[in-house]
Amino acid sequence: MGTAMLTLKSVHSYYGSLHVLKGVSLHVRAGEIVALLGANGAGKTTTLKTISGLIKPRKGQVEFQGEDISRLSAEAIVQRGIAHVPEGRRVFSSLSVAANLELGAFARRDQQAVKSDLRELQERFPILRERAKQPAGTLSGGEQQILAMARALMARPKLLLLDEPSMGLAPRLVKQVFAIIRHLQETGTTILLIEQNARAALKVADRGYVMETGRISLDGTAAELMDHNEVKRAYLGKGYQEVWEE
Amino acid sequence: MTEYLLHITIISGLYIILTLSLNLIIGYCGQVSLGHAAFYGLGAYTSALLTIHWQVPFFLALPTAAVIAALFGLGLGIPTLRLKDDYLAIVTLGFGVIVDLILLNLELTGGPDGLARIPPPRLAGIDFRNKVYYLLLVAAVVAFTLGLIYRLVHSCHGRALKAIRDHEITARVMGINASAYKISIFTLAAGLAGLAGSLYAHYITFINPESFGLHTSILVLTMVVLGGMGSILGSVVGAGVLTILPELFRRFADYQDVAYGAMLIALLIWRPQGLLGSGKISQKFSLSKNRAKKER
Repeated sequence: MGTAMLTLKSVHSYYGSLHVLKGVSLHVRAGEIVALLGANGAGKTTTLKTISGLIKPRKGQVEFQGEDISRLSAEAIVQRGIAHVPEGRRVFSSLSVAANLELGAFARRDQQAVKSDLRELQERFPILRERAKQPAGTLSGGEQQILAMARALMARPKLLLLDEPSMGLAPRLVKQVFAIIRHLQETGTTILLIEQNARAALKVADRGYVMETGRISLDGTAAELMDHNEVKRAYLGKGYQEVWEE
Repeated sequence: MTEYLLHITIISGLYIILTLSLNLIIGYCGQVSLGHAAFYGLGAYTSALLTIHWQVPFFLALPTAAVIAALFGLGLGIPTLRLKDDYLAIVTLGFGVIVDLILLNLELTGGPDGLARIPPPRLAGIDFRNKVYYLLLVAAVVAFTLGLIYRLVHSCHGRALKAIRDHEITARVMGINASAYKISIFTLAAGLAGLAGSLYAHYITFINPESFGLHTSILVLTMVVLGGMGSILGSVVGAGVLTILPELFRRFADYQDVAYGAMLIALLIWRPQGLLGSGKISQKFSLSKNRAKKER
């Protein structure tokens, strides 16, 4: 594992006057998969939005490859190599599948390479070729998630931010999504992942952070967190045992 | 009779330009502007003043009118379009009222009397007082507008605009600068409305603030909705229908507003996406599928 690719140093973010992130510090090393866990409202999505520049932090620093990106616009951050897949499979539903993929490369200027990347992704996920001309809104939930991830890959990201990629998907599709995540890591993409499905996330992740009410309450390797009762409690409340073992 | 038909066609042409430009804002940016007539008026007055007071030739005044209207659009768009939600609707409504009041009270613009004796265009001996020539001139500007918008919508920028309309946050994390796009489109639309205003002023040769008030803004908005938001052909049809229909029913002028209202209600019940729209309000997969086929 190399040095830190992304570092957050006591970041404070607000929604209007609402203080959401209260000093979040974390780091992601090149080549890692890092899981960001926590209950609803803990600030996980806000953390990702702060990294990708959709929200500007009031205090603290976001460093990507040694550069402070906390004051950059979302467009500039994409160009630095950070791709964000927002929660809820936000495909552009009125545009075709192929157009969605091409928009993923919007910030790139190397048109030839974009075309070959497009072909490569269509080979890896044949459904994206079969449905190329269909409006993305007509795809099933799982297909939309694959499209959303493939679209992010079209930006050739160094760091991929995934917000709940398994949300609302059937178990079989959840497996498929995690298989893709693992494959991405093997091909050299660094990933910061938010998941409700903590067990599935920790199975693919190298390390993890647990968030509670805007702060990091716990961090460790995936194996450590998997066994940590605090994680189970933070997520599932007191009656966690039955749910966890299920 | 031919004179009359020519007149209706010329007026339709002007409304087509206005509707197409407003449709850019509504159909492609997902924003509502309630002050489009103000840009139309700014174009008309700019062009009229230039030709009356400074003897600027029409063919120079026409593009200047567009530039002035576009500059006002830019000035209005920069502060408002960076905000989320529908602030633009409120701000443009206010802008329309302000422009109307300024035109009514300024000495330079002739107040409520407006400006008279605006010289008709002249070019190399062609007398544009002949309605056939004026129609050709309007048709050329309509063709220019259609070509421009068609190319814009079918370019990568058009695709980026659709992405912003579908989901702005996702578009932004793709690296699309949503506010820059919205501001540029709004500026372009204001400029096109300015073109239409100039053409109107030199055709009628007399203008007063009445033609550029809220009533006109709402009329153009209705044309966009009738034709279908985000549909180029829809704008042409919407503008045409709403210019010609009132003429057909002129004998029943007293009931014209009733007919308008009834038509709008019927439209909203049975075809909320407009005659040729792709349906942003009630998005149906069957519809967008048909459109995808057509686009191929």
